[in-house]
Amino acid sequence: MINKIILDLKPYINKISDGATIMVGGFGLCGIPEKSISALLESGVKNLTCISNNAGVDDFGLGLLLKTKQIKKMIASYVGENEEFERQMLNGELEVELIPQGTLAERIRAGGAGIPAFFTPAGVGTEVAIGKESRVFNNITYLMEHGLTADFSIIKAWKGDAAGNLIYKGTARNFNPIMATAANITIAEVEEIVPTGTLDPNEIHTPGIYVTHIYEGKDYEKRIEQLTTKS
Amino acid sequence: MLTKFQIAQRIAQELKDGYYVNLGIGIPTLVANYIPHGINVILQSENGLLGMGEFPLSEDVDADLINAGKQTVTMQKGAALFNSAESFAMIRSGKINLTVLGAMEVSENGDIANWKVPGKMVKGMGGAMDLVASAKNIIVAMQHTSKDGKSKLLKECSLPITGLNCVKKIITDLAVLQVLPTGGFELLERAPGVSVADILAATEGSLMFKSDDIPEMCFI
Repeated sequence: MINKIILDLKPYINKISDGATIMVGGFGLCGIPEKSISALLESGVKNLTCISNNAGVDDFGLGLLLKTKQIKKMIASYVGENEEFERQMLNGELEVELIPQGTLAERIRAGGAGIPAFFTPAGVGTEVAIGKESRVFNNITYLMEHGLTADFSIIKAWKGDAAGNLIYKGTARNFNPIMATAANITIAEVEEIVPTGTLDPNEIHTPGIYVTHIYEGKDYEKRIEQLTTKS
Repeated sequence: MLTKFQIAQRIAQELKDGYYVNLGIGIPTLVANYIPHGINVILQSENGLLGMGEFPLSEDVDADLINAGKQTVTMQKGAALFNSAESFAMIRSGKINLTVLGAMEVSENGDIANWKVPGKMVKGMGGAMDLVASAKNIIVAMQHTSKDGKSKLLKECSLPITGLNCVKKIITDLAVLQVLPTGGFELLERAPGVSVADILAATEGSLMFKSDDIPEMCFI
């Protein structure tokens, strides 16, 4: 039976070479691949282009790789909550491409679905439209956007099996399933690897074909950005 | 003048039974606290949740369950979870009945600017451009003027645009207004104690009204 389980992340993360383009799952700090980000930090790889909805906070998530200047270019939809990011961007040390969140998600989905381009109304009449082809369908103007792919995707799921099948929990799903589909090599870290055959095939979110390696991480920090409770 | 809580309360009166609603960050988030009794609305959070519930009790906090403002939340019975591409598929295809969001400026033809102040704030647009480009019904919650008294309801936006010709209704600390299809802000209601003259003085764009007798907003 197929076995995609890896017991150590390092040798696989170390294959991400200088200048690579990587997709990193998560929304804010929810559903980020904590263990893979730590391994990237340790690997010292440089000049990364990171495609991720956000850029972490100063001392967690992708913020860790910003601090060590391992990221050359950030492609994201929202990058607030990160002072180091702002500093590097304003000093011209970091290239930044801001993309509307739905366009970012659909570009990744399209990239993973073998679709080179599509049309969306988001950004028409704004600076996002500059230099982009537009077309009118049924009297509405749309922008052409290209599918996105990457050398590697590092993603986080809740449970998985040796076949690479994944299930996510709560809103930690976000960009993870679409990024799983859009890279040459997808490294999925999960909280629990269960015996193959025990996940209900009806309930699998990411079919194993998209996952190259699966790793069981321990002791997830799962930091909360905005702890909000009712009294 | 209304407080931000009263603005949220007035917006909540626009909700209808069965609506799917996306609430933006800031005042729009507060609208969830004033949903009228007997009305069921389903809140969509663009990070992948339909059927968002209230904030959790401290013992129920789950780091894997947040809203688009990254706040910890709960799920209502019947909630559904999905990925980000699917989330924006339901937004883009017009399945959301009402979108409420904040703005820095709105123009009299319904353009909105709410994502960038050049040289000052460059945090990114998040989902705002997707939401405004596709929503059938957009209500903007905002202060009528800036802290130094400048109107935010303008002939033309001066800040970078988020979307064109998309705002339908605006609820500010001074008034309820709608954007007319031919352009211009039609004054529908005044905040308690605020005169039409006050609103005229605070509005740079064209302000229209059908009669001189503009009703005061009603709070139950």
